[in-house]
Amino acid sequence: MNPIKKFFQTIADLWSLIVGLQITGKYFCQRQVTVHYPRKEIDPEINKTYRGHIELVASPKDPTKPKCISCLMCVSACPSGCITVVKSKPPKLSPEEEQAIKDAEARGEKVKKPSAPKEPAQWKYDFSLCSLCGTCIEACAVDSIQFSNELYVVGTSRNDFKYDLLARLKSQAEKRGPVAESKPEAETKEA
Amino acid sequence: MRNEKLDLVTGDFYTQNFQKGARENTLILNMGPQHPSTHGVLRIILELDGEYIVRAEPILGYLHRMHEKMAEVKTLVQYMPNMGRVDYGHPLAWNWAFAGAVERLGGIEVPERAEYLRVISCELNRITSHLLWWGAYILDLGAFTPIMYAFDDRERLLDILQIVTGSRLTYSSFRFGGVCADINDKFKELVNDFIPYMRTRLPMYKGLVTDNIILRKRVEEIGYFSPDMIRRYGATGPVARGSGLAYDVRRAEPYSVYNRFDWKVPVYEKGDAMARYLVRLDEIEQSLNIVEQAMASLPEGKHIVDKAPKYTWKAPKGEAYFAVEGGRGKVGVQVVSDGGKNPYKIKLRAPGFSNLSLFAEASQGTLLADAVAILGSLDLIIPEIDR
Repeated sequence: MNPIKKFFQTIADLWSLIVGLQITGKYFCQRQVTVHYPRKEIDPEINKTYRGHIELVASPKDPTKPKCISCLMCVSACPSGCITVVKSKPPKLSPEEEQAIKDAEARGEKVKKPSAPKEPAQWKYDFSLCSLCGTCIEACAVDSIQFSNELYVVGTSRNDFKYDLLARLKSQAEKRGPVAESKPEAETKEA
Repeated sequence: MRNEKLDLVTGDFYTQNFQKGARENTLILNMGPQHPSTHGVLRIILELDGEYIVRAEPILGYLHRMHEKMAEVKTLVQYMPNMGRVDYGHPLAWNWAFAGAVERLGGIEVPERAEYLRVISCELNRITSHLLWWGAYILDLGAFTPIMYAFDDRERLLDILQIVTGSRLTYSSFRFGGVCADINDKFKELVNDFIPYMRTRLPMYKGLVTDNIILRKRVEEIGYFSPDMIRRYGATGPVARGSGLAYDVRRAEPYSVYNRFDWKVPVYEKGDAMARYLVRLDEIEQSLNIVEQAMASLPEGKHIVDKAPKYTWKAPKGEAYFAVEGGRGKVGVQVVSDGGKNPYKIKLRAPGFSNLSLFAEASQGTLLADAVAILGSLDLIIPEIDR
């Protein structure tokens, strides 16, 4: 390369640095793009479909109880085994009632023993194992599970992420208690 | 090596074997597994003569999670979340390769709208993958600011992808026979805003980084891969296209609806690190073109077939292979089923594994600092290489 060409090449090379600095200067004067979290939050519109940890869906009749029928489909569908559902036991009978059933059976009558309620006794969920895939939600027979939009979940120990979702549903229903109660009334009036 | 003073054999299996071939006047150095430029836990044993590399040997296995073995103890539907975790850069390509293989095996038809949604989300994900690489590569070469610009754009895209997939990094939104959710108006609005915005950002990237003389001096004529070498090692993706091989799975074996769109396969002949860099930046532009056309011609219909497989679904006996173009190259999944509850075997073909194997040969005789530039230009994602 001849010296004159080399000289102009060097000038062009140095110019590329100035172009870069111009861009940096331009963006330096513009508004900050960082969202300073505790003071500001991002647009809630885009978080509507965010898949946070799972939660139970309240039954339309009683907002403190889930739609869940303890079929355990979600437990067997979960690839990470993070759901534990314990079925309710049938109600305990008093000795007199038991005696009455035995007597009836001895007489050859068909007796209907009181069956266990369908709603679960316990619904435990370990968020630290969950991979948020949605297999349990797709497997649920009565649409009793959904993703919550909880974006800001923090904890200081592993046990903080072991949730009792029945208690969570109950406390949520109590929080917005009056609103949830007034809604069915309004619907019945319209109907 | 035997330490005479302590009367001990030092070094692990790999170091001891590597040392057998070493010259007497060279230095053996471990780069990684915690080296910042190895992007994870890749370990490279180097034999150095001064600052020049005589030999290099990549060692894998520090991030092995047995994804292939895990497939044997789960049903096909339950295995889907694993596909979001093989490659954190471009998980939707893995989603697609797995879903495609199972659909081919089970003969599941995918609705047209679902194919379009797959194209849109996969191409947006490709842009995030390339932006992540771009920022991290420039960071490896010593410039800090560009990653901030890259992450500004990437955050916008993650917001968009979050609407349709529900998560921000490890997506598992594809289902057998469609995708998990349909798009909403907010998604359309954000995508239509993003495409012209990103087109104004690309010239800015060019002015800020690509034309910068310091970058050009560091990446031009570094790490030359000949087309023959690419073929020998089976490298694909931007690495192959930077060496003049116009191989893109979307063009070579068209899948889904890619042949309905008008887009180019960017190819550079030079084969150096700069060529691979330029291929990736051009691919961002082409992905924007595809997304724009797909959004304009999005058909109505269902986003998933009516009888989508449940988690107890058993694939028929047989095997199927499906390959898609990921951000790093050809992503392939082979599913073998014996008709039982769980698949008999799933083989994952990771492009990064083939691309990394080029490094040992290409780095011979280069400076150590150039080796970092070569390693970065391969766009390695270690979890994908180890699987």
